[in-house]
Amino acid sequence: MEKAKTKKSLSDNLFFIVNGLFLLICFIVVAFPILNVVSQSVSSPKAVIAGKVFLWPVDFNLNAYKQIFQNKLLMTGYKNSFLYTLVGTFFNIVMTVAIAYPLSRKDFIGRNVITGIFVFTMIFNAPLIPTYLNIKNLGLLDTFWVMVIPGAISVYNMIIARTFFQNTIPTELFEASELDGASDMQVLTNVVLPLSKPILAVLVLYYAVGHWNAYFDGMIYLNTEMKFPLQVVLRNILASVEMIEQMVSSITVQDAQRLAYVEVMKYAIIVFGSIPVLLLYPFVQKYFVKGVMIGSVKG
Amino acid sequence: MKFRKAELKKDVNRIRKGIIRHWQLYLLVLAPITYLVIFKYIPLIGSVIAFKDYSFVKGVFGSDWVGLKHFIRFFKSPQFKTLMLNTIGLSLYQIIAGVAPPILLAIALNYVRSKIFGKTVQMVTYMPYFISTVLVVGILSQILSLGGPVNQIIKAMGVEPVHFMGDPKLFRTIYVFSGIWQNNGYNAVIYLAALAAISPELYEAAIIDGASIWKRIYYIDIPSILPTAVILLILACGRILSIGYEKVLLMQNNLNLQTSDIISTYVYRVGLISMQYSYSTAIGLFQSVVSFILLVLVNKVSRSLNETSLW
Repeated sequence: MEKAKTKKSLSDNLFFIVNGLFLLICFIVVAFPILNVVSQSVSSPKAVIAGKVFLWPVDFNLNAYKQIFQNKLLMTGYKNSFLYTLVGTFFNIVMTVAIAYPLSRKDFIGRNVITGIFVFTMIFNAPLIPTYLNIKNLGLLDTFWVMVIPGAISVYNMIIARTFFQNTIPTELFEASELDGASDMQVLTNVVLPLSKPILAVLVLYYAVGHWNAYFDGMIYLNTEMKFPLQVVLRNILASVEMIEQMVSSITVQDAQRLAYVEVMKYAIIVFGSIPVLLLYPFVQKYFVKGVMIGSVKG
Repeated sequence: MKFRKAELKKDVNRIRKGIIRHWQLYLLVLAPITYLVIFKYIPLIGSVIAFKDYSFVKGVFGSDWVGLKHFIRFFKSPQFKTLMLNTIGLSLYQIIAGVAPPILLAIALNYVRSKIFGKTVQMVTYMPYFISTVLVVGILSQILSLGGPVNQIIKAMGVEPVHFMGDPKLFRTIYVFSGIWQNNGYNAVIYLAALAAISPELYEAAIIDGASIWKRIYYIDIPSILPTAVILLILACGRILSIGYEKVLLMQNNLNLQTSDIISTYVYRVGLISMQYSYSTAIGLFQSVVSFILLVLVNKVSRSLNETSLW
């Protein structure tokens, strides 16, 4: 008995060593690029161009960030993305609840047909050009609302919400409320929504991160620079050396050094763009885990 | 006959009563359904321009019918084969390479000894999921640039620096592995949920029988999460033609076009850049129809295997 135990614990110990090493490697592989980008962004251009920066900053300074905060395009992009995210997410939640709640009611006649027409749009996408022409015909091109309305409902999120309502709110509760003379709207606002805070948090996060990170719609539907969301501005700037050169033109350096400044600027712009999401991340990640769980047990 | 009529009448009555009783619910779904019709179904109807020669002057419905001209042009074009191979190649690579990493991470996290270490690793591996595609590609091009840190390490080993982002041979690998880098932590959560659902009695019995952790993983954990893995794999196959274009578009450049050009990016380029509206719609419609058929098939398979389905 004793012998078997020592043999087993030896093999188990080996497991824990291998397991720990594996997780450490995962940690390094994910953390290294992030740490490197942050370090490069606060290092001196000389060190960056010479390839001296790996894990820690060399000649720490924040010059690149000072340039960023003076850039009108980036700051406007920030403001725009904030507004699109705020208004867009609010609109998303109202619309998603408006469809998910009736569909979760078993006494709602036609729920299967309506679910069907929604799910169909998820598995059969209209091609790009008809979608674009439709937006154009509606007169939405280059307007604020084009960033808000076309993506009003994600069918996937609708299904998650419907499933949550179905599974957490007992049918008896509806019946009891109805007997008390509550209308369906009152049931929604006084019974369903207060009980659904976890799913509402998940939906807000899914939609908000989606809005903040989206670039494609902004790229194809908007023409005015002052309306661009942050991601489009970031993409344009990162893709063009000239735009960054303009940003560093206020620094009087020789042309040879200018290239080095451009490199540091790129790193700083990447960090600048990730800050809001990464700052919120520790607080919101548990809700995302919850969302994945609800999504994976939908039925 | 009479009986059925009465039955039908009863049904109609029941429906009418249901609608009157729950009129507020029907009022509620009005806005979402209007949205769906305007933004999802009208573009679907607008797809008829795939069978027409779209002209700005005549509009969607006034343009002349040309039948399958645009489809035939696409199937006969030299791009057809390249685009299909690139799209399917990239999808399959992504699917196959993506099977093991989240499973391994989930199992490793499940058995971690120090809870704090486990939580830290989970939090860090989960983080890149929240970084936007634009910035992930930005990080890639910086880290992998000729003067970037990866090439510094390569140079230090005495090897010639590699032009990662411009090499068509490397495009798929960079795309797939940066995707794993970004999504592995997130994908692992699904498997962590499956692992948490395993009955503790199974483990207790295995421990009494003297099974080592290796054996417990092999005989309990792997079989328990296999159904989830199979379903995810099958569902991924349904999306083989509709692989996300946002990241491909951002990583694409003239140097790697040979392997990075997929159907979606071609649809975008032909449609919105060269303004060949009907031709682009035809290619897009072909992609949608094939994807639709694949998804329906795959869903059937998944349902019969596991009673799990997309809808």
